[in-house]
Amino acid sequence: MSAQPARSTAKPGRTASLLMRLGLSPRTAVIAVPYVWLLLFFFTPFLIVLKLSFAEIAIAIPPYTPLFDGEGNLQGTLENYELLLEDDLYWRSYLNSLKIALISTLLALAIGYPIAYAMARAPSQWRMLLLMLVILPFWTSFLIRVYAWIGILKSEGLLNLLLISIGLIDQPLQILHTELAVYIGIIYSYLPFMVLPLYATLEKMDHSLLEAASDLGCPPLKAFWQITVPISMPGIIAGCFLVFIPAVGEFVIPDLLGGNSTLMIGRTLWTEFFSNRDWPLASAVAVILLALLVVPIMYFQRQQMKQQG
Amino acid sequence: MARTGSEREVFEPWHDAAAKPHLALKQISKRFGDFVAVDDISLDIYQREFFSLLGPSGCGKSTLLRMLAGFERPSAGQILLEGDDMAGVPPHQRPVNMMFQSYALFPHMSVRDNIAFGLKQDGAPRAQIRQRVDEAIEMVQLGQFASRKPHQLSGGQRQRVALARCVVKRPQLVLLDEPLGALDKKLRQQTQFELMDIQEQLGLTFIIVTHDQEEAMTVSSRIAVMDEGRIVQIATPAELYEYPGSRYVAEFIGEVNIFEGRISGGGDGHTELTCSRNDCRFRADQSSGLKNGDQAWIALRPEKLRIDREPPADTAANCLQGQVLDIGYLGNLSIYHVELPSGQVVTATQTNRSRLVERSISWEDKVWLSWAPAACVVLDR
Repeated sequence: MSAQPARSTAKPGRTASLLMRLGLSPRTAVIAVPYVWLLLFFFTPFLIVLKLSFAEIAIAIPPYTPLFDGEGNLQGTLENYELLLEDDLYWRSYLNSLKIALISTLLALAIGYPIAYAMARAPSQWRMLLLMLVILPFWTSFLIRVYAWIGILKSEGLLNLLLISIGLIDQPLQILHTELAVYIGIIYSYLPFMVLPLYATLEKMDHSLLEAASDLGCPPLKAFWQITVPISMPGIIAGCFLVFIPAVGEFVIPDLLGGNSTLMIGRTLWTEFFSNRDWPLASAVAVILLALLVVPIMYFQRQQMKQQG
Repeated sequence: MARTGSEREVFEPWHDAAAKPHLALKQISKRFGDFVAVDDISLDIYQREFFSLLGPSGCGKSTLLRMLAGFERPSAGQILLEGDDMAGVPPHQRPVNMMFQSYALFPHMSVRDNIAFGLKQDGAPRAQIRQRVDEAIEMVQLGQFASRKPHQLSGGQRQRVALARCVVKRPQLVLLDEPLGALDKKLRQQTQFELMDIQEQLGLTFIIVTHDQEEAMTVSSRIAVMDEGRIVQIATPAELYEYPGSRYVAEFIGEVNIFEGRISGGGDGHTELTCSRNDCRFRADQSSGLKNGDQAWIALRPEKLRIDREPPADTAANCLQGQVLDIGYLGNLSIYHVELPSGQVVTATQTNRSRLVERSISWEDKVWLSWAPAACVVLDR
């Protein structure tokens, strides 16, 4: 019967043998893919930005001094970082960004939690549809959706027309180009990122836990705080990170919806980079932003690991 | 069934007219749309009873339990606990604790916190909570696991935590929904006895829902056999086994041989039934209240049958001849399947007092089955 040798036991294919020659088993190669990706598209660009942040602005193409001079001596400078410390514009931008991101995150949590909870408790044949509705906005470009808010929020926009027509106000409200518009934009844009992880944890939760709590004498609202919230904590944390991190560095929303007075670090960075053409300073701003976000997140993750272990 | 010992004081409050029921169900029904899950059930349960609701899945036993806990509202009827109507009392205000089939342990809390949860809700003083939780942990022998989370425990240990959690408040009713269903057979048997010990030790009233008749027989003071939302029979395990009220109960509890026939005689304390299919007369020493010619059934337990190669002394009644079809050897006993000339297969069991090699009956042997009149149970449905 075995006129042909079984194919699977034949010698390794061309790709596999190539990998072998490089000293990699196919298994290692598969695991290596995401690491190579991160190395190429995250770590290397980050090193370039880091390098830039120690350079000086120069009238040249590209507009900064090289890190090493002709004889190979390091000629980096910390001037950019010093400027960030001295000029309160940057500190105020950072702080305001953090403030706006924090408040937006909390509001998104307050709005997203009931939505996710209702979705998780909905009859199972409805859940898929509700989930689709949450994801639906992603089918349109983010930029276009933010633009659409201009049409809603401006003085003669839909919202003001509605409020005037039902007689709630008689003068249009100035919402566009205020911080309020930025909050609305951020919460609207990032709400799905809050709802989805919350839904994932709430949907998994065993409903009999709430019955058990009730059975043991715990009234419903207390059971929500003592059982539902702690159990959905992984979802809360994931959702908050997914909203908070991009919100801190957000540029499009404050630029389109915010006023001139809305200081956010993303805008400051943009101004430094494109208007002032100060690439080194812009890089320093970016490095500090990354540090501000990564250090607490890493600390937090460690705490989580400790708790679970 | 230690409670039925004859010298000891007998625990049978259901025979005592003066005893007040601890829990009284009055014509309880529960409908889900068109489906009737529980159909007009009335039931009295007494203090310190270990009461079983036994039935196949979908018979309404769990719905009944959930109504007692307060998770479902009866469509009709009344639940009285110590005379208080439970209608409108939400679950968290009922002096009733339930052990869930899934255990429903709080995954983010340690064993200790799980057990303490109920006591904390009552706002008991800390020292008292601590002491009672310690007692409960000791009772279920989980001392060294007190600070573990549920996912770090084995199935048997989780079951103990769930049990400790639902008795630590000393509720007026402890409801157990298939409490041993997730355990393997050996552990289940062992745990049944522990469950009885704990119930006796604490003096609480337990209601257990199970589909496992052995489990119900082992632990219960009384069993209610349920079918399609109704209670078919309520009796002690021994009564249920020896005097089933219907073929359904006889077949549900243990193994049984059923013979269909018509009443051919009887009187005070005895009944005769003729089974034309097997050309056999059954003589039972119980009155049936049935008339001659009425359709009836005889239930015979396999262990009450004698199996012999020689015909018995009296072949006029209570004996059948057949051929051995199969022998199942279980070590402590052997199961014989005997085919009658009519084609009906009768099961008989015999304790293996002598060694296997000395066994006298073999495959395809012609054998006689015989039994005492006391072994026959006459059933009219």
